[in-house]
Amino acid sequence: MPAMTSEPSATPLLEARALSFHRQDEPVFGPLDFRLDAGELTLIEGDNGSGKTTLMRILTGLLRPEEGELYWRGQPLTWDRCSGEVLFLGHQLGLKTELSARENLRFAIGLHGHREHSDIDNALTRVGLAGFGDEPVRKLSAGQKKRVALARLLLVPAALWLLDEPYANLDRTGIELVNGLLEAHIAHGGAALVTSHGAVQFHGGEPQRIRLHG
Amino acid sequence: MADLRRPGLGHACIAVLRRDLTLAWRQRGDMVLPVLYALIVTSLFPFALGPEDALLRRIAAGVVLVTVLLAMLLALDAMFRSDIEDGSLEQLMLAPQPLALMLGMKILAHWVATAVPLIVIAPLLAGMLHLPAPVMPVLLLALLLATPLLSLLGGILVALTAGTRRSGMLLALMLLPLCVPVVIFAAGALAAAQEGLPWAAPIAWLGAALALAVVLAPLACAAALRIALDS
Repeated sequence: MPAMTSEPSATPLLEARALSFHRQDEPVFGPLDFRLDAGELTLIEGDNGSGKTTLMRILTGLLRPEEGELYWRGQPLTWDRCSGEVLFLGHQLGLKTELSARENLRFAIGLHGHREHSDIDNALTRVGLAGFGDEPVRKLSAGQKKRVALARLLLVPAALWLLDEPYANLDRTGIELVNGLLEAHIAHGGAALVTSHGAVQFHGGEPQRIRLHG
Repeated sequence: MADLRRPGLGHACIAVLRRDLTLAWRQRGDMVLPVLYALIVTSLFPFALGPEDALLRRIAAGVVLVTVLLAMLLALDAMFRSDIEDGSLEQLMLAPQPLALMLGMKILAHWVATAVPLIVIAPLLAGMLHLPAPVMPVLLLALLLATPLLSLLGGILVALTAGTRRSGMLLALMLLPLCVPVVIFAAGALAAAQEGLPWAAPIAWLGAALALAVVLAPLACAAALRIALDS
């Protein structure tokens, strides 16, 4: 896949060396080695409880790995080095249910900044929530809440997307929406790590796969 | 990367303040509870102690001070709870802005939503207990310094106990020793004002403590919350 980026391809965006994590002396996942370049998609696969979410939280810098090293653009990863370049979408969507979708997105933009040529109305239309922008998020369905969180991907600039189970709660058009967002992001030289326990259809080339064993 | 515009610190601060104040306003039922509590407690004192003017006048300032500080504790443990539960705190941590500053804004919003209504009704509470009029400005000044101090100190403890389940009990126990100096200095100023003595020194101590807390408490909160989420 051609990497449409000005970054030198010698230093990967994110690199893990012998990364492992234990919880109360029980190994959660074994030593992992992988690298992620700009313009690359990686799928993290594994059953429930195999440590996908834990790995995600480590990669955001929220959780410290016990062993192994993580490098962000060639330097050891710390939360202040990658903050602002990483967009994390977890199980908890980070939405305030008392606020409307529009207010939630406006807050995200205020905090993270926004991409050029992006605005909230377009993003809401793109994720299929046109007309729902002013409803309080608590009145939306689980899938619609997920779509509000996905709209953040369209608005906020980030080099790396960390998407933890982005397909959960989504219908077929929602799954296509996520795939479309990922393809556009990869095509613009972004990188993404996606966890899933199901089959993922990705049309923009064969993604790298990391398999976690529970 | 060329296609991104980072928001300035000022923008981010305003975004956090605006979101938290909007949330507080949407849930204004929760804001009423501390105010009602303060109103009920102060109006019970004359019933319990007898409606003697001299007695009430002597205890008025202290009663209002303690009632307002206790009423603030009612809302304290909710400071970061919803943010931890819905994942907003993780998003705040991954933002390019310094976490301590953003948490400082959250504490400010919390203070505006809980303490300002209490300070607004404080003259009413004090009037019900016949507080002498010259002491009223000192009471308000003491509250204006003591309540943000308590919010900041409370914020640290809330952040420290964030990872534990049923943190309310632990929070109350830890907060007690921190409340005592705040009450001593504020009450010292009020007692002096009531006697007609100079009251500036204890107020200045409160101000100094507040200045220190404004700088250090958000940093401590940020460190504590990073540890709380690292599990």
